[in-house]
Amino acid sequence: MTSLRQCMRMLAVAAVFAIVAGAADAQQVVKIGLLATLEGPFAAGGQDGMRGAELAVKERNGMVAGKKIEIIKASSDAKPDVAVNATRKLVEQDKVDIMVGPLSGSEGIAVKNYSKTQPGTTFINGSSGAQATTLQDPSPNFFRFNTEGAQWMVGLGEYALKTKNYKKMALIAEDYAFPYSQVQGFMTEYCKAGGRVTHKAWVPLGGKDYSSVIAKLPTDVDALLVVLGGADAVNFLTQYEQSGGNKPMVGGSITVDQTVLNFKGKRRESLLGTPSAGPIADSYDGAEWKKFVADYKANFKDGFPSPSLFAYVYYINMKAALDGLDAVKGDLSGGQAKYREALKNLKLQTPTGVVTLDENRQAIGTTFVTEVAAGADGVYYNKVVKVVPNVNQRLGMSKADFDKVGLGSRDVPNCP
Amino acid sequence: MSASQWRKAMNAGAGRTAWPKAAAAPAPPRAAAWPARGAATRGSARSLRWLGARVRARHVLVLLAVLAYPLLAPPFLTFQIGAQSLALGLIALSLTFLAGYGGMVSLAQMTVAGIAGYMYAIFATSGTDISLRWPWWLAVLLALVIATVCGTLIGWFSVRTEGIYTIMITLAIGVAFFYLVQQNYSIFNGFQGFQSVKSPRVLGVELRDPIPFYYLALFWSLAGYFGVKYLLRAPFGVALQGIRDNPRRMAALGFNVTAHRVAAYAVAGFIAAIGGILMVWYNGLVSPGSVGTSWLINILIIAVLGGMRHPIGPFIGAIVFVLLQNFAVDLVDRERFNLLIGGIFLIIVLFSPDGLLGWWAGGAARLRAASARGRWGRRVETGEA
Repeated sequence: MTSLRQCMRMLAVAAVFAIVAGAADAQQVVKIGLLATLEGPFAAGGQDGMRGAELAVKERNGMVAGKKIEIIKASSDAKPDVAVNATRKLVEQDKVDIMVGPLSGSEGIAVKNYSKTQPGTTFINGSSGAQATTLQDPSPNFFRFNTEGAQWMVGLGEYALKTKNYKKMALIAEDYAFPYSQVQGFMTEYCKAGGRVTHKAWVPLGGKDYSSVIAKLPTDVDALLVVLGGADAVNFLTQYEQSGGNKPMVGGSITVDQTVLNFKGKRRESLLGTPSAGPIADSYDGAEWKKFVADYKANFKDGFPSPSLFAYVYYINMKAALDGLDAVKGDLSGGQAKYREALKNLKLQTPTGVVTLDENRQAIGTTFVTEVAAGADGVYYNKVVKVVPNVNQRLGMSKADFDKVGLGSRDVPNCP
Repeated sequence: MSASQWRKAMNAGAGRTAWPKAAAAPAPPRAAAWPARGAATRGSARSLRWLGARVRARHVLVLLAVLAYPLLAPPFLTFQIGAQSLALGLIALSLTFLAGYGGMVSLAQMTVAGIAGYMYAIFATSGTDISLRWPWWLAVLLALVIATVCGTLIGWFSVRTEGIYTIMITLAIGVAFFYLVQQNYSIFNGFQGFQSVKSPRVLGVELRDPIPFYYLALFWSLAGYFGVKYLLRAPFGVALQGIRDNPRRMAALGFNVTAHRVAAYAVAGFIAAIGGILMVWYNGLVSPGSVGTSWLINILIIAVLGGMRHPIGPFIGAIVFVLLQNFAVDLVDRERFNLLIGGIFLIIVLFSPDGLLGWWAGGAARLRAASARGRWGRRVETGEA
């Protein structure tokens, strides 16, 4: 009982301390709030996101324009209401100047909506990738320096049609916003170039049994577009193989991951040559990328063998926050007007090339098209076959054309 | 004959005629551990006298404190700590009413609140095209009615079970609703749920602003608190507590046990529905995560943490819960703060099965014992002098 009383006392003291600290005027310190998911389904990804953001701060030795950078972390569990509560605490209680986060798509939309009520703080995305965050009702103080799900598939449609010669395809994808975006990114290009997607199967997230879906797959297609998470993709592949399926596969950005590359089924060889696309590629041989991977490995002994997508995206968003501060010499006066102007005009040097922002403060960046290849030791990896620079959120369409199509959904786009 | 068959037979025997009889001529059986306060009082003079006898200094102090709180605290503490605690407390109150006084632990109270939230988002205005954009008062009315009906139906499904089976069946209903909203796109907008749900603007006041929202939550919390307190002394509440303690005997006395239990679910459903509307205004969104398993359990934690022996318990539990959720992250390593939250919950439940209220009662009893000893000691002294 004493221990609990002490705990409660500590809690009370901490609460008072937090209020006092929040009120104290911090001239020489820039406070940056950092939100990622340290709980729930994306806990491992969130932790790696934090590593990426820390790496960006370390590169500047924790200082920008003579001011010390103080990082205040918070956690959510990939639910939008929890993310907004955590963000509200950082902004209103801890009084951060800049906010970096959150991690997942629906969190991103919720935090963007909250940012409208806090015009005094600048919000920079973590790794959330919903199209709607910046395309629908954008917020003037929310910036996103990473490309999103639809942009990640640009280049793959043409590659599948022209290089791989897949003229007719069937689609299997999970039934929520991220795969909708991915499919839109693929099909916009693929359909325009003359390809046809004759069958669409939307499956529930985390489904285990694909037999009914496989039974309905048409046999007169050249390949399957599979936009499933890695573990689901292995389930699908196993069942597809057992039912005698033999079509080649084209993967989404999170489909052909390590679990798929280590697939041990009889048709393992057929994985060779499976194309997919995404914002990073482990085997990319750009000097900047190699340096980033080496830095990550040197700094985080407990990290992954290679930085994950989350680490990379948090890294570039935090780097953007710091580069922007550097550009204005740490001047956040005038409701951060100068700082935001600097962010808008930033030509951000990232390990995968230069990123600029469009009028909705959304990144225009690079996408990699990769293909599964066998290394010297027989280990499969994703080989870079095409680098597509300057991919924008409207997928190369004009605003009017894109608005006519709208955001990706079950039925959009369509070319049977 | 098994217990449930026996009870069924008794209920069938008691029949529908037991309802008006029970309401007109209550035979209040005293609960063993929680003595009931007798029948409802009549006449203004009597109620004034009753008020004078019951209101203590600490009641006035607490009321003044909660009224003055938003004027002293910054908006963050008013909104995220104060108002959120009140709204969550209101939902947990519905569980305390069911479990503490009806003996039925339902994990689906957050589901009922979630139904209210979803219905409001569907009928009123949000960022999704599914929303019908009807006026807010109509949406609130419909949401309350639908959620209360659903709460009653959940009760109707689960009243014939006891103990762990009630928990199981309500958990199953809660999880089923979670998967329904996650996978249905035509009505519930699936994985995304409803974002930017508009809260109403009444007489030029934005209800979602910290101070108006705090008072709104406070009003409904007080209404819920006094409503439950009143109900517990009313014939219905007394009969409910009797049913909690000995359903077979109550059935033998002519009470329709099932009907009382279902009615208790209806009342709890209404309270949870109000809490659900407050939560959807508070969050400005409702998504499958709002009705997920973790929230079903959180409501149970809040109710148990505060203590189920008094309707103030869930509010105390909610304050502790919300404080921990917000500030535990400042006390320990950011990646381990859930350990602290879990640890404190464990300590509270381990050392006081009655939650924080149990500590209060234990402390007060010790204090009374000590002061009684002191007075007795003084009297002895004066006697000697």
